[in-house]
Amino acid sequence: MTTYETISNFSQMTGLLYFFGMFVAVLIYALWPRNKKKFDEASTIPLRED
Amino acid sequence: MTIARATPKLSFEEGGFLAFLGLLAILCFVVATKATDGPMAFHATLGVLASIAGFVLILRNNLAGFTAPPQIVDGKPNYNFGPIKFASIAAMFWGLAGFIVGLYIALELAFPLLNFDTAYINFGRLRPLHTSAVIFAFGGNVLLATSFYVVQRTCRARMPGSIAPWFVILGYNFFIVIAGTGYLLGVTQGKEYAEPEWYADLWLTIVWVAYLLLFLGTLWKRREPHIYVANWFYLAFIVTIAMLHIINNLAVPVSFFGTKSYEAFAGTQDAMVQWWYGHNAVGFFLTAGFLGIMYYFIPKRAERPVYSYRLSIIHFWSLIFLYIWAGPHHLHYTALPEWASTLGMTFSIMLWMPSWGGMINGLMTLSGAWDKLRTDPVLRIMVVSVAFYGMSTFEGPLMSIKQVNSLSHYTDWTIGHVHSGALGWVAYISFGALYCLIPWLWQRKLYSLKLVDWHFWISTIGIVFYISAMWVAGIMQGLMWRAYTPLGFLEYSFVETVQATHPYYIIRAIGGGLFLIGAIIMAINIYLTIRQGESEAHASAGLSLAPAE
Amino acid sequence: MTSNVWEKHSLLEKNSILLLVGILLVVAIGGLVEIVPLFYLKSTIETVDGMRPYTPLELAGRNIYVREGCYLCHSQMIRAIRDEVERYGHFSLSAESQYDHPFQWGSKRIGPDLARVGAKYSDDWHRQHLTDPRSVVPASVMPGYPFLGRTPLDTTLIADILKTNRIVGVPYTDDEIANARLDLEAQANPDSKGVDAFLKRYPKANVRTFGGDPKQITELDALVAYLQMLGTLVDFKAYDDKANLR
Repeated sequence: MTTYETISNFSQMTGLLYFFGMFVAVLIYALWPRNKKKFDEASTIPLRED
Repeated sequence: MTIARATPKLSFEEGGFLAFLGLLAILCFVVATKATDGPMAFHATLGVLASIAGFVLILRNNLAGFTAPPQIVDGKPNYNFGPIKFASIAAMFWGLAGFIVGLYIALELAFPLLNFDTAYINFGRLRPLHTSAVIFAFGGNVLLATSFYVVQRTCRARMPGSIAPWFVILGYNFFIVIAGTGYLLGVTQGKEYAEPEWYADLWLTIVWVAYLLLFLGTLWKRREPHIYVANWFYLAFIVTIAMLHIINNLAVPVSFFGTKSYEAFAGTQDAMVQWWYGHNAVGFFLTAGFLGIMYYFIPKRAERPVYSYRLSIIHFWSLIFLYIWAGPHHLHYTALPEWASTLGMTFSIMLWMPSWGGMINGLMTLSGAWDKLRTDPVLRIMVVSVAFYGMSTFEGPLMSIKQVNSLSHYTDWTIGHVHSGALGWVAYISFGALYCLIPWLWQRKLYSLKLVDWHFWISTIGIVFYISAMWVAGIMQGLMWRAYTPLGFLEYSFVETVQATHPYYIIRAIGGGLFLIGAIIMAINIYLTIRQGESEAHASAGLSLAPAE
Repeated sequence: MTSNVWEKHSLLEKNSILLLVGILLVVAIGGLVEIVPLFYLKSTIETVDGMRPYTPLELAGRNIYVREGCYLCHSQMIRAIRDEVERYGHFSLSAESQYDHPFQWGSKRIGPDLARVGAKYSDDWHRQHLTDPRSVVPASVMPGYPFLGRTPLDTTLIADILKTNRIVGVPYTDDEIANARLDLEAQANPDSKGVDAFLKRYPKANVRTFGGDPKQITELDALVAYLQMLGTLVDFKAYDDKANLR
């Protein structure tokens, strides 16, 4: 029982940190100022005609 | 591309498909002759006929001197629209078929006489036919058509291959025929939304891998630096469905010449795998794929870029990450260990955030152009679909809360929830996409916007009838099942709740009937557009409703 | 971002593959964490007495249950909620569906739960109800299945069916597989010679003419045999809820 609790505590903590880290990484990527131009350009892809 | 016309030579693609179809025909023939049951003999015979037909078509085209079409014509990418046209017509056809079967089984529940005491059309066999026809046949063809269209347009490249795209589209529809006829004959795995038996599953796997390769191949050929976000959603849909399909359908056939198989997993594990699959069929087939449609067709139709591209990136990653965990909320208070069910609930509630992020992104794309909703019923259908998406994705997390679920589970509330998503979101965004896509593909003006208006209003009233009847019925059932008399006995027998539901089943059928009438109006409009619609070249300039190609 | 960077084909390919790998990593984790532990945590399936694999006749009946899509209207999962336990009986244990390939817990109750329907009604009632539901329950919306009683049960593959179940994990013995056909016939006919041998292989199993006609074994026999054993295997008088707290 105690091993179960240790393992589950450990995995809950690392899981939380992992999820949070992933979310922050996505946020940083999306909000990074230098990426803004790229995204603005990408958002017009459907509207450009060929 | 400059193969001499005089000496027909097999390309690698032609040779490969000829060999594949030839072997397949032989294999199906062997199975047909040795089949241990009738349905297998029937399906194997269909397999023989289909593979011979494909074989002959390829050979005939080759002998007629067919060569691969050029990649670029007049400096523009020479997009491959043939298979897309087929898939969009197929979507309309299967949509109607699925809605009709849906109406029929709704009537069976209201008037059980309609089962006619016969095997082939009893409720238990027709319900999988309905769900598969609307999800996989209608929705699937819409996804195939739009994904091939969007990936080519946003990559500015023709998709690779000339037979492979047809193989994917025709092969997928062949899977639908096998699955659907199988249900009527009693061929089923007995897992919701994964009813097709092992051989149909194998076939779908082959088709799906070809689909993934074609999609990736188009991305690799792209002449646009960035992969547009709609394609992210499509790619996630294709890859994840492949993973879910393969794992959930792991089974051992009793005989390679028979239809019956036994699932690799049992009991609790099978339940977990099934709802991991089942909920992500919703998450990735009915959500991610159709969000791909939203991110292309709404900006295109509204003629303005998506509200926030940054939000779409956050939307994408958080949506696909959270969705995959939500499955266990289908199994609250069951024999599934509680930790799993709690995990499912937690992630389902968190899922509300990215869902609404996506909804806001779709709706706000119209900011500054809201007036278009008045003049363009096609855009209106798509915007209303996003609103329904928002509503369903609020209701979903609510129903995943254990205490709410204890009331709602097993009742018609679930059916109402599913249909507010399926009719309001999936079908409406599909209708909108088809109303855009078909004029673009055939280079025609849409026959009548007035008819679109009629379609929209009749269907919307139908949806309101449907979902409100099911909400009331569901909550009533839940409350009646748990009602106690003052003496502490259960107040109602089960059949009393069935009786009490009868009027709501009738209202639901009326709602479904209205929805079907709307779809029939659409089919007529689409037919007339293709048959006698004004050619786009002749249409006067400045028609913002049908963007020039 | 100069445009010529993007003209390098390999980089483009790498990019979409990166996206693909990213998607796979993100979507794989939820399934791994939720599904994999169920296979190795001992607490997933309770230890109970009385569970045994289905007899060949019951299994054939279960195949008909699956074929006709009964699971679309009937659940086989009593939740641990007061009214359900009072209406249907002890909440369902994981152990009780451990031989179910596939599981038939269901998701919608257009009709009542069937997890413990076994031994609640007579065979006669089931025959009548399956043939013409509204003759016994006037307000029922269930389809009638009169064709079940007219269709002889196909038993040609029964041994292969047991063998396939063993491949996916149901502990059928060689003996049970070899005698599958005989066992099937014995269970539906109390007067046959094979009954004793059958009961030795499947202790306490019901032996009756479930379909009412001793001359032939129909699909109705098999389905009623299956329904009549549902939820009856575990003896809850001897079952200790607390021993399996999870």
